[in-house]
Amino acid sequence: MAFTPVTFVFLLMSAFALGGSLGVVINRNLIHAAMFLMLALFGMAGLFILLEASFLAAVQILVYIGAISVLITITIMVTRRIMGTTESVNKQWPLAAIVAAMIAGTLGFVLLGRFQNVEPVGAVPDTYIAEMGKALVSHQGYLLPFEVASVLLLAALIGSIVVARE
Amino acid sequence: MIPLHWYLLVAAGMFAFGVYGVLARRNAVAILMSIELMLNAVNLNLVAFWRYLAPTQLNGQAFAIFVFTVAAAEAAVGLALIISIYRNRETVIAEEINLMKW
Repeated sequence: MAFTPVTFVFLLMSAFALGGSLGVVINRNLIHAAMFLMLALFGMAGLFILLEASFLAAVQILVYIGAISVLITITIMVTRRIMGTTESVNKQWPLAAIVAAMIAGTLGFVLLGRFQNVEPVGAVPDTYIAEMGKALVSHQGYLLPFEVASVLLLAALIGSIVVARE
Repeated sequence: MIPLHWYLLVAAGMFAFGVYGVLARRNAVAILMSIELMLNAVNLNLVAFWRYLAPTQLNGQAFAIFVFTVAAAEAAVGLALIISIYRNRETVIAEEINLMKW
């Protein structure tokens, strides 16, 4: 297929996503792993922009990179122990690598066999963000899941404060 | 246009890395980071299928937004638990938190 600039951007963002993921699971230094996680999430945001899901890309950067990754970094700093020569993987890591390779192999086999030549069905409508906003608060839309998600966030907020205080 | 299966292969790769991280890492915070990788791979799958197969509907994006919400809540509670465990046990290595093992 033609090597357009879109392909180049896709390959760059995929390299960020996959390279960052590899850095998260390999790294012995946890702060480096958190930085690689931020790189992987940034690559994911780029892929969302390529998929014309601009609202989700902004939410990804704000929520995942801006809040969750910072929370993870703060937790790493709070739970520091004297990092001597501790290993980063436990003693069942060959089995874990085999399981992960089997999952990747099965998924890759199915994807390369069954999902070739899928063209986009249509174009994304220009007003989809406005429609999404209206759907999140309308009765025929996603009002009930929206309110349930609010209650879930309230429960998580209260729960984490109660669990983590002195 | 990028073929659909390229996006799905990237998502499958990230998911496989996340599975390896959950099963093989010793530190509990690293396990949580790998869980976040898996959730992101699922989100990429959802958005890729939304774009290629049903771009005029809102189901795909709404599902992805709720996955974001639940992942954020679960990360917060999980990290609070890890901090509490560190205060009581002085460790966050998953093998050493074995009070309830047989």
